Amino acid sequence: MSRVDDIRDLMRTEGAAIAANTQGFNEGRYASVADLEDYEALKSEARAIKEDAIERLPELVDRLETSVVENGGTVYVAEDAADANEYIRSVVAERDASRVVKSKSMTSEELEVNEALEADGVDVLETDLGEWVLQLAEEAPSHIVAPAIHKSRESIADLFNELFDPEEPLETAEELTMFAREKLGERIVDSEVGITGANFLAAESGTMALVTSEGNARKTVAATDTHIAVAGVEKIVPSVADFQPFVELIGRSGTGQDITSYVSLLTPPVETPAVDFADDETPLSAFANDRDFHLVLVDNGRLAMREDDDLRETLYCIRCSACANSCANFQSVGGHAFGGETYSGGIATGWEAGIEGLDTAAEFNDLCTGCTRCVNACPVEIDIPWINTVVRDRINREGERPAEWLVDGLTPDAEADGAPLQKRFFGNFETVARLGSATAPVSNWLADTQTARWLMDRVLGVDPRRDLPQFQRETLVEWFANRASTVTDPVRRAVVYPDLYTNHVQVERGKAAVEVLEALGVDVVVPEVSSSGRAPFSQGMVATATDHAERVYEVLSPHIADGRDVVVIEPSDHAMFVSEYEKLVDESTFETLAKHSYEVMEYVYGLLESGADEGGLAAVDVEEIAYHAHCQQRTLGLEAHTVAVLERLGYDVVTSDVECCGMAGSFGYKSDYYELSMDVGDRLAAQLDAEGVSERPVVASGTSCLEQIDALLERKPRHPVELLAPKSGGATGSRPQ
Amino acid sequence: MASDTLATFESSLAEYDVPVTRVGRAAVASQVNDVVEPPAVGVALEETFADDAFSLADTDVVVDPTPVELREARTGVTGARLGVADYGTVALEQTDRGSELVSLFVDTHVVVVRETDLVTEMETAIESLGDEIDESRGSAILATGPSATADMGALVRGAHGPKDVRAIVVTEDA
Repeated sequence: MSRVDDIRDLMRTEGAAIAANTQGFNEGRYASVADLEDYEALKSEARAIKEDAIERLPELVDRLETSVVENGGTVYVAEDAADANEYIRSVVAERDASRVVKSKSMTSEELEVNEALEADGVDVLETDLGEWVLQLAEEAPSHIVAPAIHKSRESIADLFNELFDPEEPLETAEELTMFAREKLGERIVDSEVGITGANFLAAESGTMALVTSEGNARKTVAATDTHIAVAGVEKIVPSVADFQPFVELIGRSGTGQDITSYVSLLTPPVETPAVDFADDETPLSAFANDRDFHLVLVDNGRLAMREDDDLRETLYCIRCSACANSCANFQSVGGHAFGGETYSGGIATGWEAGIEGLDTAAEFNDLCTGCTRCVNACPVEIDIPWINTVVRDRINREGERPAEWLVDGLTPDAEADGAPLQKRFFGNFETVARLGSATAPVSNWLADTQTARWLMDRVLGVDPRRDLPQFQRETLVEWFANRASTVTDPVRRAVVYPDLYTNHVQVERGKAAVEVLEALGVDVVVPEVSSSGRAPFSQGMVATATDHAERVYEVLSPHIADGRDVVVIEPSDHAMFVSEYEKLVDESTFETLAKHSYEVMEYVYGLLESGADEGGLAAVDVEEIAYHAHCQQRTLGLEAHTVAVLERLGYDVVTSDVECCGMAGSFGYKSDYYELSMDVGDRLAAQLDAEGVSERPVVASGTSCLEQIDALLERKPRHPVELLAPKSGGATGSRPQ
Repeated sequence: MASDTLATFESSLAEYDVPVTRVGRAAVASQVNDVVEPPAVGVALEETFADDAFSLADTDVVVDPTPVELREARTGVTGARLGVADYGTVALEQTDRGSELVSLFVDTHVVVVRETDLVTEMETAIESLGDEIDESRGSAILATGPSATADMGALVRGAHGPKDVRAIVVTEDA
């Protein structure tokens, strides 16, 4: 099946269950972290512990090994999956075990240890209820924490009824759970070996933390006499005290639980007597606690990731699933599309690239749109979108070079090794826009012919169902050059940054921004500046994006030195200046630009707060409005400024709370992803069409959001700054004092 | 302050529908008898707390049961040496008397904790457990409410572990 068929099929069969579950987890996360007194500090503490631990990893591995041996256990450091499996098989064979019970462990899935043991004739039983369902159904997990969220209660009931044929067919979640409890309970007490993962390992005492809710990990350890724990080397922290921020963050970040039912702090071999559950004579305390413990520490690419400046952060991941649940695309397709061999969700790109290789990461990496909604959700502050961008860049460079004749002219980029043609087309959109404006409206007519759309679909993968942007003949820069500034005694001086879309397509919002700032007493200039590099950055064309960043700085820095602020209308470009450029340019360049850049409504907010006279702004026309903030703007904490300005001016504002509109720059234009983009967009449409909202005019901050909302709704959305712009012929030019 | 901590502990556990009863030291055994649903098994609480007043000898609880008695029991009674008010968490022990088995292989877990062993914050609890574990190389389970799963399409209490948890807090006075 093609990619587009895969995605369509998954959305049809699994989409509803995935959406309901992931959105529930995501809402739970917001509610649960809000209860913490200092959530941000706790995340930073967790981050610092991981940074330090990965830095000192070789030393901690040695320390842990010493501790475990002191405690009476054994440590085996496995180079790769085959090495780990061979060791595990030898332990199981040595114990002469016929059954191995397992609690949930992603690392064991990475190893595919079940298959290895089964080949030896060992009965391997998953005891996590979700994992057991998948074992029975012979399916793969769709989520790293809740592996069977793609399955509805009805489908699980059908599975159980068919396989076990119970006297009374099972129906409710309660019945299904009790049935599984019974079935698995009987077999757990009749097993010799228990395999668990380990969420965290303390080097100083040899203690492991297991974060669970069902109690199966406790039983897996308590009911067997041989315990094998499988863990990636990155799970080690110095001591038990270091578990604290993680214990408080992991459940909240993942499924929105303040804490899971059980956090086992085990220093194996544990003291619990190893009993014979069929014995009716001997009291518990009379059984010996004769137990074996084996810790299998798995490298499997991790030590190389530690040496990789861009992938290293992946090793801080605590597998909480926040990046999956907060991801708009994941909410629609789940881990069967947005995942590799083992891991799923945003961070999976890092894991799969490091463990399996770029080919595996390439299968799903494009599903990360760089919306950044996972960034604040990650309890260890990993820049997950950056990892996705870097891996995309590497994939581009490994890939085939597109045919030169197609690329020349349209793609004057810095990609020496060549990204695929579609990526280069979108990455070089500035050139397309320039040509488009220069030859508008003819360019718009031509591009919209059936033949052109057919070619664009075939050659570039631009979906014919999308309306193309309409290039304006007069750009914002040209418009500005042809008018006189109206401010003579300015309160501040600013550059309005003519981002690609505002300059060529949504020119009206640019004019509105200029007029609003002037009405508030700001002296404005609109120079010709390079596009920010957001477009190539999104396509993983890092060198090209860097080139853009340098050119932007070249033009803007003299203005900044001259005392001007930089006001940015497009939030994704503002995010480049204040966030993404940190990865692209030197520190002082980044800091200069970041320090002086403002999102336009943030800037208006600051002006009003500093006493600027709002009298020159347009009066409220329709009071009740709906507002959709841009994903990256929200990550930067800048949604509130727009809402505050609008409310101050007398608007009644209803805001959306979906994570992303689904358009995400070029993503929604791509033929492979158009339907997914619309599925994500439907959730926004549902909020904007809800009772009490459906009559409200819609404003949105992002270019993509505006295009998406335009496609989703009858109402034509506008940028919020357009509400503020003095009506032409009216108050324009009036200014405070 | 102490009573604030206990009130917080109670309200945290209320979120998991875990009833908390307060009882004076002298009345622990009779309270346990009131709370358990037979057949019940338990560990020797007087050893957990090094205090004979906690003995279950005069109750219906079978102390130090056989494995078969354990599997047939509905209720298991153990102590906890630490409780965390903010979360409603208790720190369960792993002893050679089988405390882990008694708290886990039953439908209802009755946990006895002293008010003086309650702390407010998780940070305090893990620091103190960390010190203890570094020293003893022992283990503990931070248990919060009954076992639970949402894997079958809705939240269900009682997955592999107890379906119900009841807490008895032994207060200083009364």
